[in-house]
Amino acid sequence: MEYEAVIGLEVHAQLLTRSKIFCGCATSFGAPPNHNTCPVCMGMPGVLPVLNQCVVEFAMRAAVATRCQIAPYSRWARKNYFYPDLPKGYQISMYELPIAQHGHIDVTIGDQHKRIGLTRIHMEEDAGKSIHDPHSEASLVDLNRAGVPLLEIVSEPDMRSPEEAGAYLRSLRTILQYVEVCDGNMEEGSLRCDANVSIRPRGSRPFGTKVEIKNMNSFRAVEKAIHYEIRRQQETLASGGTIVQETRLWDADREVTRSMRSKEHAHDYRYFPDPDLLPLVISEDWIRQVSTSLPELPIARRDRFVRDYGLPAYDAEVLTARKDVAEYYEAAVRAYPAAPKAMSNWVMDSVLRLIKDEKLDAALTITTWPCPPEHLGALVRMIQDGTISGKIAKSIFAQMCASGKAPGVIMTEQELVQVSDTNALLTLIDHVLAAAPDKVAEYRAGREKLMGFFVGQVMKASQGKANPQLLHMLLQQRLAVDDHTE
Amino acid sequence: MPLVTIEEVQRVARLARLTLTAHEAEAMTEHVTKILTYVDTLNAVPTDTVEPITHAVSGPMPLRTDAVTNVPDPTLLRTAPATEATFFQVPKIIE
Amino acid sequence: MDLFRLTIHDATNLLRQHTIRAQDLTQAVLARIRATDPAVRAYLTVCADDAIAQAALADQHLQTPESAPPLCGIPIAVKDVILTKGIRSTAGSKILADFVPPYDATVIQRLKAAGAVIIGKVNCDEFAMGSSNENSAFFPTRNPWNLAQVPGGSSGGSAAAVAADQAPAALGTDTGGSIRLPAAFCGVTGMKPTYGRVSRYGVVAYASSLDQVGPVTKDVRDCALLLQTIAGHDPRDSTSVNLPVPDYTATLTQGVTGLRIGVPKEYFVEGMQPEVESAVRASLAELTALGAQAVPIALPHTAYAVATYYIIATAEASSNLARYDGVRYGHRAAHSDGLTAMYEQTRAEGFGPEVKRRILLGTYVLSAGYYDAYYLKAQKVRTLIRQDFLQALQDCDVIATPVAPTTAFALGDKTTDPLTMYLSDIFTIAANLAGLPGIAVPCGFDTQGLPISLQLLGKPFDEATLLRAAYSHEQHTTWHTRRPSL
Repeated sequence: MEYEAVIGLEVHAQLLTRSKIFCGCATSFGAPPNHNTCPVCMGMPGVLPVLNQCVVEFAMRAAVATRCQIAPYSRWARKNYFYPDLPKGYQISMYELPIAQHGHIDVTIGDQHKRIGLTRIHMEEDAGKSIHDPHSEASLVDLNRAGVPLLEIVSEPDMRSPEEAGAYLRSLRTILQYVEVCDGNMEEGSLRCDANVSIRPRGSRPFGTKVEIKNMNSFRAVEKAIHYEIRRQQETLASGGTIVQETRLWDADREVTRSMRSKEHAHDYRYFPDPDLLPLVISEDWIRQVSTSLPELPIARRDRFVRDYGLPAYDAEVLTARKDVAEYYEAAVRAYPAAPKAMSNWVMDSVLRLIKDEKLDAALTITTWPCPPEHLGALVRMIQDGTISGKIAKSIFAQMCASGKAPGVIMTEQELVQVSDTNALLTLIDHVLAAAPDKVAEYRAGREKLMGFFVGQVMKASQGKANPQLLHMLLQQRLAVDDHTE
Repeated sequence: MPLVTIEEVQRVARLARLTLTAHEAEAMTEHVTKILTYVDTLNAVPTDTVEPITHAVSGPMPLRTDAVTNVPDPTLLRTAPATEATFFQVPKIIE
Repeated sequence: MDLFRLTIHDATNLLRQHTIRAQDLTQAVLARIRATDPAVRAYLTVCADDAIAQAALADQHLQTPESAPPLCGIPIAVKDVILTKGIRSTAGSKILADFVPPYDATVIQRLKAAGAVIIGKVNCDEFAMGSSNENSAFFPTRNPWNLAQVPGGSSGGSAAAVAADQAPAALGTDTGGSIRLPAAFCGVTGMKPTYGRVSRYGVVAYASSLDQVGPVTKDVRDCALLLQTIAGHDPRDSTSVNLPVPDYTATLTQGVTGLRIGVPKEYFVEGMQPEVESAVRASLAELTALGAQAVPIALPHTAYAVATYYIIATAEASSNLARYDGVRYGHRAAHSDGLTAMYEQTRAEGFGPEVKRRILLGTYVLSAGYYDAYYLKAQKVRTLIRQDFLQALQDCDVIATPVAPTTAFALGDKTTDPLTMYLSDIFTIAANLAGLPGIAVPCGFDTQGLPISLQLLGKPFDEATLLRAAYSHEQHTTWHTRRPSL
């Protein structure tokens, strides 16, 4: 029996607002426990929520960028359950009437293109954090995160493989970064992902029993966990068992999904419209305003790179896959606009190579680059105008990364200026040729391979600074003359 | 006529994190049954074409500018029954 | 002159003329409390030292009466569901028995800005759930007219304190009649403003879509003065309405010529105490003699109001009271075996039986499978009830009804059957469901010497008309000048 997997992802994205969704507390990370709190986000008696306008704007940006329909009327709902990091005993979220629905994201997996549907987007408040107290049998609760705004983004169950899920997640992350609503950092928890996985016989329509997978803290973890779960479900069915509808946690150490040990009380969230908040009414005007002021989206940027910089599609794809990389590239091009393809090569081959793979993949925003984009720009300029050779440039680049100095500074300090002075070169050439008359004769007799020897000798004599193209041309000139005069 | 059993009342009590003694559960079941029977009179009102009231006032949703207006206030922790440093301390969450 | 007998407006005149000092007024009120409260038991907390200090400050401001704020030096008692910074606020519950709020409710901030003196916190039914004040976790308050009778609830302490001259005025809250009923039972004036007229920020929430703070006073002019101070938009309460607050005293004396008074037949039912009916009808006759016009109206869904209320209010309450979990404030059960046990024991110990009953009811009507049949249904019937009123108010300016079917009943009379207690609210509840303003003013006494009151209901945000009509009635009678002999 051949099975196909059916996968849906539920993503929670922390929004980059300055203040929380329903109160004026800071959302900044890293404050001492319960520092960024007030009676409202602490759920004290008598407090009431007041909605942060920016949260709505950000939700609208995400909705437009994922081609969702924005609802003119949406409603806040209370999701009721008890947990110490949920101060009011309910989470303010949205239920029957979310802010946006029916969107999609186009993803690329290898050379395949696929459209993944987005069921809905809504806003809600984050809960605080609870940790185990190392000194006792107690748990400790920090409400700094309680009330931080979240977007919940639910996909259609359109994915059929872990790779598709990974591609969707990465594309979604890129989009959210591009519209500047979320920094998409899975390790720090600003982007969280739960997966719903089921399998069904290939070709059949009804869905199998779905299992929810939680606790995946990186893109790789998402792919691995889904891969494991699909296999687990296949093996279960193959051995005559049935799939239990449940929530399983990804165990990153053992690389398995395991059932949550607690006997889960049936979750009856008793959703009802929150009476403390009015319905959210969004006008066509507001939608238009947000759409037109949206930062450039990934696909648009990719196309612009091809069009304006003349880059091949492959380069454009690599450079725009991450917003921070795209911005780095453009900053370098601004520093030196005349050679965008060369710049692209340098970014892809040299700069990105120095950034650890995990960092590139891990949804962290790159904060430390091997060198500032302006320095890279200056370096490419120096190559293009002949000041240094490509080979020298590589050496300078390595030193730029090590020292943080600008290329011009390094070049001056080490006198690496390419020798492009014809007379100076001719002097060196004549010197070398005079020192090897037999080889000159051999060359003139037809052994053209000896050109490499002469080039090498002049290069050595010039400490590698000879301009290779000029050198080659001058050598040919000199060697072509039958008997040269001093 | 709703049939509200003691088991149902206990189930709802668990949802609401209330423990009821056997005596309380019995009394509560009796009262709840009586009240629910009373509110069942609403079934006599035709409401197929009626919209529910979800909010007591109408008007545009008030919005706040995105600005940090709160200053950290350590006195907020004073009301806590148990703290460890600046954390709230609670009995262990049994997972 | 017994200073404690003064109304706000009389005291204000004497203070500004320097005939009396604020400190003397406060001392007189404190002495009155000491003398009478062992019997009446209206107060949970008396703020003697703070009050004297505030009064001293008021005396300073009164040196320049032109610039003294409107309620300068006037002692006000505050229902214990309204949070007062630094002053214990219990909501009548053991779960908050020692809770000292770190912030003031908006209405308290407004009282303080107006120069009022917070004289103390008065008793109420636990979490404002009740109609007789017998659900207070601490002790029942007594009716000053007959100490064996209930003062009404849930603002029983507010009404009793004002009736007993233990404060010139008080703040109460009204969710299903909780200001108007005790005002009627205690022979004082009480008003529930239009929903959204007064901020709920800092008021312990019972039913968010029904709760309102309102004045409890010795006469209608005082009611207007106190409403003036607390009314108005609050950016911290998203349900508070951004409409200008009219000058309520400016139109008080305009009389009732041409005022159309709707008289709903559904409110004069069998089973009412005959003296109540005749007193209310006599008041109507007085008003028509003064130039008003009685108009028969129909409010066909009246019979469904109590059922509708007890679904919606309990549902909202079950969610609002989830925050009382012993984690961040309030009572926490000792020696619990794990978190769930701590929650259950804390709430079992901290909540009284009526509160538990309403939490259970509310949880039940919101739970899976029952939401449509109960909660959604009730919200639809609520639409019909509101439509009844708005329709009727097209043919009249105010609606006149009794406040309660009987006068104050004896302590213990209705405590065995909750439903019997719920039916005391039969005439007051619909105004909360419809969001309309309502006022209760004394209009007679029964043969036992217990007060009877007239209720007037008005159009949304038309408190001015209610006050005007109530004032006319009051000025042509002397009911409001009678005091219990304590």
